Formats: sequence, structure tokens, C-alpha cells
Amino acid sequence: MTLAAAEAVTEPSRSREAKGRSIAWWGMAVLIATEAMIFATLLSSYVFVRAASKEWPLGHIEPPELGLIWFFTAILLGSSGPMFFAEHGIKKGNQARLRLGLALVSIMGASFLGFLVYEYHELEFGIRDNAYGSLFYAITGLHGAHVAGGLLMIGMLQIKAWLGRFSAERHETVAVIGMYWHFVDVVWIFVFSTLYLSVHVS
Amino acid sequence: MTLLEERPEAGEEAVETIWRDAPGLAGFFSTVDHKRIGMRYIYTAFVFFFVAGLQALVMRAQLTTAEADVVSPEVYNQLFTMHGTMMIFLFNTPVLAGFGNYILPLQLGTRDMAFPRLNAFSYWVFLLSGIFMISSLLIGKQPDGGWFAYVPLTEKAYSPGINMDFWGLGVAFAGISTTVGAVNFIVTTFKMRAPGMTVDRLPMFVWSILSMAFMVIFAVPAVTVASLLLEADRLFGTAFYNAEQGGSPLLYQHLFWFWGHPEVYILFVPATGMISMIIPVFARRPLAGYTWAAASLIAIGFISFGVWVHHMFATGLPALAMSFFSAASLIIAIPSGVLFFCWIATMWRGRVEWTTPMLFALGFMLIFLLGGITGVMVAVLPFDWQVHDSYFVVAHFHYVLNGAVVFPIFGALYFWLPKMTGRMLDERMGRWSFWTMFVGFNLAFFPMHILGFLGMPRRMYTYPGGLGWEALNVIITVGSAMFGLGTLLTVVAVVRSRTGGKPAGPNPWRADSLEWATASSPPPHYNFEAIPIVSGRHPLWEDEPVRDAESGDDSATRAYGPEGAVRRETPVTTGLDADPEETMTIPGETYVPFVLALGLAVIFVGLLVEATLVGIVGLVLAAAGLVTWGWRTEADLK
Repeated sequence: MTLAAAEAVTEPSRSREAKGRSIAWWGMAVLIATEAMIFATLLSSYVFVRAASKEWPLGHIEPPELGLIWFFTAILLGSSGPMFFAEHGIKKGNQARLRLGLALVSIMGASFLGFLVYEYHELEFGIRDNAYGSLFYAITGLHGAHVAGGLLMIGMLQIKAWLGRFSAERHETVAVIGMYWHFVDVVWIFVFSTLYLSVHVS
Repeated sequence: MTLLEERPEAGEEAVETIWRDAPGLAGFFSTVDHKRIGMRYIYTAFVFFFVAGLQALVMRAQLTTAEADVVSPEVYNQLFTMHGTMMIFLFNTPVLAGFGNYILPLQLGTRDMAFPRLNAFSYWVFLLSGIFMISSLLIGKQPDGGWFAYVPLTEKAYSPGINMDFWGLGVAFAGISTTVGAVNFIVTTFKMRAPGMTVDRLPMFVWSILSMAFMVIFAVPAVTVASLLLEADRLFGTAFYNAEQGGSPLLYQHLFWFWGHPEVYILFVPATGMISMIIPVFARRPLAGYTWAAASLIAIGFISFGVWVHHMFATGLPALAMSFFSAASLIIAIPSGVLFFCWIATMWRGRVEWTTPMLFALGFMLIFLLGGITGVMVAVLPFDWQVHDSYFVVAHFHYVLNGAVVFPIFGALYFWLPKMTGRMLDERMGRWSFWTMFVGFNLAFFPMHILGFLGMPRRMYTYPGGLGWEALNVIITVGSAMFGLGTLLTVVAVVRSRTGGKPAGPNPWRADSLEWATASSPPPHYNFEAIPIVSGRHPLWEDEPVRDAESGDDSATRAYGPEGAVRRETPVTTGLDADPEETMTIPGETYVPFVLALGLAVIFVGLLVEATLVGIVGLVLAAAGLVTWGWRTEADLK
């Protein structure tokens, strides 16, 4: 197979009248379902341990602060906006919108991740201190790893976008990775509500 | 598709070249053919089956007489832990995935799985996680905290060696393979079906694999979390399960059994799918109550998530919660009963040919009946408290997991291996193997019910004489040796068939489903030269022979005819009605799945030996694999 032919099939071509979702979309949807179960299991564990504890957080740890985290929550959730912007752009064949959208997503995602690292430095308890600390770091850490994984994938999209691999007809990868990014954002709503907000409501 | 003219048009040999793997080791590590991968899954799983079986025989040698001294208590702990772990994680689960890998695409009438490279990846992860766990045997430090690894016993303070780390990390590693495989099964079933194969025409085996895959997607994350939190406690000193630091040992049991009970059905449901294919073929009539049977498989999938606490009846939970789980455990007998009556009705209304696969199906039904009845018994709280942790429980779960899963697997071997190798297995040897296994099985496991009532506790390495347990224990040992011998007879039958077996031809059993519609046994690399058109639930039993689809000239239908086989393409269809939708290019050979799996293995080894450098090497390897994979999204650049 020559390179030209290989390039031609690099991104699957979908007929415009295709009725259903692509294979890649289905694969990502099922993968997201199982990932969602991982978070559901961990958050349930958090609630389970908390329900059995006399005080929460354990060991006189202060509840997590609710200042800056609101701002970075807004940043992360807001990053779904440029993702939509990029997807809709490439659907119409607009390369500039795709590149701009992806760039904004990367910046917003990276700043959220940066804040997570900063917060870890500021926190006065460690992962070994008690079950509260273990759960807090495990859940926020796993979510952070998902943000990092998403950023890597978006970085790859970005490179492909600059190489002009996508077009109005061929952009399934953008839609599928976009779906993953939205998932990571939605999970944060649950993590934030359970680990930050609910601790202040006792 | 500009360069199609350069590709061969139809000539047989030229088509073969497009599909054939590179010869030798290169092809071995890079193949993405679902048939090769499926066979490998089956063979690899059987290696683990015999290792785990030998461990059981050593345990029996120890228990044959009172106060025997064949193995030390420490070794005995390792034996029962790894016997269970290997049978569940390295034999039952993957061998069913192997049959699914081989048979499912053929039954759906497509040329490969939806994600062929992911399929190769899940096999490599299975193999490497198996080697990871079994290497504990080679260094004599097998896990020894029970196959369910309850805390606090398995915490570092009480199990200080490396033993349980093999378990905790190995289970999480193997879970990746199961999960990825399930994603593949689900998408393949929904998106890769031959024209005319609407959902109400799916073969029962496909229904069962689908139900199994959904259970995997929602259940396996729980055991992954359970084992990784355990490892975090052990390796990094976290406090998830440490009660002194506010953690919860009971949390571990909830997480483990939230996977653990659906897991029983993850194994049992595909086994019933095999039985539901075998019985109609040899009763020579369609399965009675198809819709009810399919609905039961789905119902089991749902209810299986509401029964996990029946493993925890003795932990002192609130009565209301236990009543709920007791009720659910009773209710799940209903769909299982529906399936059972479907099989009986099929045989009743048909003319049964007593071939070896059919014998295994019948043996399965008798054993499953007993295992099901004792299952209902232990679902009742007061009864459960009486027999908890006794040999009654051991008898029950072997009737279910050995009898009702291993027997269908052996039946499926005799049924489908002729398709996979092109040669029949010897029927006479098959009958010998079946009867030896069947008699041996019941001799080995039935007396355990009685031993349980007599009070013999499970998981103990010896017992004092004079308790009335000796005679039964001798019978059990004889039975288990006999069972082992019976399985070896099948090995002999398989080996002999490879050289001297009768040629099978495309459809030796005059069966009904599409895997038997391929031009030859084993099927050609591309499965179907032209995709078959399905006009009923039993394509090969219709009055008209199966028709071949033809290629159209749009992107949705261009792969239906032989042109698709020439171009290494296969059609993608809509979820419910299997209408043409688009065309998928089947990726060529690639080392990337192997590299990624190897990277993961190195990461896990790094964690095991607590060497950061090894972990970093693994991370780099895995990242290299992932990036290469992501870069070549849909086709390999050769």
C-alpha cells in the first residue's frame, strides 16, 4: 500500500446520510460507561466510609476550602464550550475554528490541572494520614489523571488538526475525543459535589 | 480510495496474500485475526486450567486422610488461593472470551471484530497478566489470603510477603483484558451484523455474550477498585481498609462482591449460550421459547447486580438489607428456570442425537439443576448461617462454576473445534471423557454437601480423625482424580484430531447458524467471501440456501460482495435492523497492541518489586504504544 492510499483511509469516511453513530463512537460510549462505574464505585466508597464515621473529615482535618476551586470548576466545565465550538466548526469544514477551539480546551484543562497540583501542595493532610485523606487524594488524583489523559489526546488532535487531517467529511476522531472530554467534565460535577460541597453541609 | 486499481480483483491467491499474516514469529506477535486470537485465548486458558487443576489434586492428596502431611499449612493456603484465582481469572473468564472471539464474528456474518487491534491487545494483556500471576508459583510465593483476599488478613501487617501483591496487581491487570474484550463484543454485536440479522434473529450465543459483556462493563470496575485500593494500602500505606485510621474492612467486601456475584453470571451466562446452541442442533429443531430465553439472559444480567450481599450474610448487616438481597437471590432462580425449561422443551419436541457435545449439555443440565437448588438453599438466611464457611458452600459453587461452566466449555470444544481446526474429535474418546468426568465430578463434589452438614469447615489444611469425615474424603479424592483423568482424555482427543481426525467439512453437525456457512473449516482468513443474507433465525435451516450479498457502489454497501474481501473491508450496519451504514477497513498486522500490553506488564512488575525505574520504563513503553496507536487512528501505515 502506498502512502497516499494509506492517508486516504486514515480517517474513516462516513456517508453523509449515515443513520447511526460510528463504531468509534460506540466504543468510546461503552468505555465511558465502565469509567463512570469506576468513579461511581469510588464515590460510593467515600460515602460509605463517611456514613460509618463519627466526624467528617476525620482527625480534625479542615473541610476543603471553597474559594478558588469554584473558579477552576467553572474553567473546567467551561472548557466543554470550546470543545463544542471546535466540533461544530470542523463539521462545516472550518479548520480555524477547530484549531482555536482545541487550543482553548488545552489551556483551560491545563490550568485546572495546574490548580490541582497547587492545591496538593497547600493541603495540610497527606494520603496516609487517615481514610479521609486516602479517599480525597485517590478520587481527585484519579480525576486529575483523566484530565491529563484527555489533554494528551487533545494534544494529538491538535497536531493532526494543524496537519489538516480533518475535514467536513472526516472528523469522527474529534467527535469521539470530544465526548471523552465532556465526560471528564461531567464527572467533576459529581466529584466536586461529593468531596467539596457536601462536606460543608453537615 | 484512489489506488484500488492496483489491488487484485478477485483471484483467490491474491486475496489470500492480503489477509495472510507474516510467517513465523513476526505474524505471531502482530496478528489481529479474530480467529487466531480466539484459538490462542482457548489454548492459553487451558494451560492455566491444568495448572489450577493440578493444584486442586495436591490439595486432595493432603485431605485424603486425617492429619496428613503432604504439604505444609502455608503451602495449602497458597494452593487454595491460587486454584480459585486461576480458575476464575485465568481459565473460565478468558476461555469464554476465546470462544466469543472466534465464534461471535462468524455467527454475525462479518469479517472480523469491530476493533481488531484492541482484540489483539486484550489477548496480550490476558497472557501477560497470567504469566504475572503464575510467576508467583515459580518463586514459591503464591498468594495465600484466599481467592477473595479479605482484609484485614491481606493487609501488609498480616500478610507481609510479596505473595498478595501478585494477587492484587494481577487481578487489576487481568481486569483490563476482560473490560476491553467486553467493549469489543458489545460494539461488534451492535454494529457488524449481516444484512437481515435483526435483533430478533440473533443466535442465542450472541445474546449470551452480549449480556455477559454488559455485566463486565458495570461489574469489573468494582474489583479493579477493590484490588487497587488494597494494593495502595499495601504498597503506599494508605488507609482505605484500615479500621484504626477510619477505613472500612467491610467496604472491601462490598466492592469485591459487587463484582464477585455478577462474575458468577459473567461465567454462567455464556455457558448457557453454548448450551442453547448445542441442544437445538442435536435435537434437530429450533430452540423452544427463543424470546423467553433471550429475555432471561438479559434479566439475569440485571438481577445479578442485586445479589452480592448474600456473600456477606454472616457480617452482621441490618436485617432489612439482608432480606432484600435474600429475595433477589431467590428471584434470580426464575430466569435460570425459564432457560432450563426452554432446553427441556427443545429436547422433548425434537429427536435427540446423543453426540459428545449433547452428552456434555445433558451432564451440564443435571449438575446445574443440583447447583441451582443448593443456590436457592444458601440464599435463605437461616440456612446460610448453618452452612456458612463449610464444605456445603464448596460443593455448591463447584456444582455451579465447575459443573455448569466447565461442562459446557468441554461440550463447546467438541462442538466448535471441528470448525476451528477442520478436523473432528473422536466420538468414542469423547464419550469416555464425558462419562469419566461426569462420574468423577459427582463423586468428588456430591459428598462435600454431606461433609458440610457434618461440620467440616472449608479452607483448612487438615482435620483430626474420628469425626466421621474420613470415608467421604477418600471418595472425594478418588472422584477428583477421575475427573482430572477425564479432562486428560479430551486433551488426547484434541491432540489426536489434529493429525488423524476425520475432515470436518464446512458443516459437520448440519447446524443452523452462520459460523457453519463459511466455505471451509477452518474458515478462510476473510470468513465470508461475500457477506451472507440472513432471512430467518436459523439461516442454514431455511428452505432456501443462504444467499450472498452483492457490493453496491456507495460507501455503505461496497464491502458486501467479494470486492470487500479483496479490499480487506467489512460492512458496518445500524444497531437494531442491521441496515448498511458504512464500510470499515480491517487494519493490518501491527505490533502496537503487543507493545502497549508489554508496557503495562512492566508497570505492574515495577509496582510489584517496588522499583520506580522499572515503572518508568513501563510507562514510556506504554505511552509509546498509545501514541503510535492514536496516531494511526484507522489504518496502519505500512
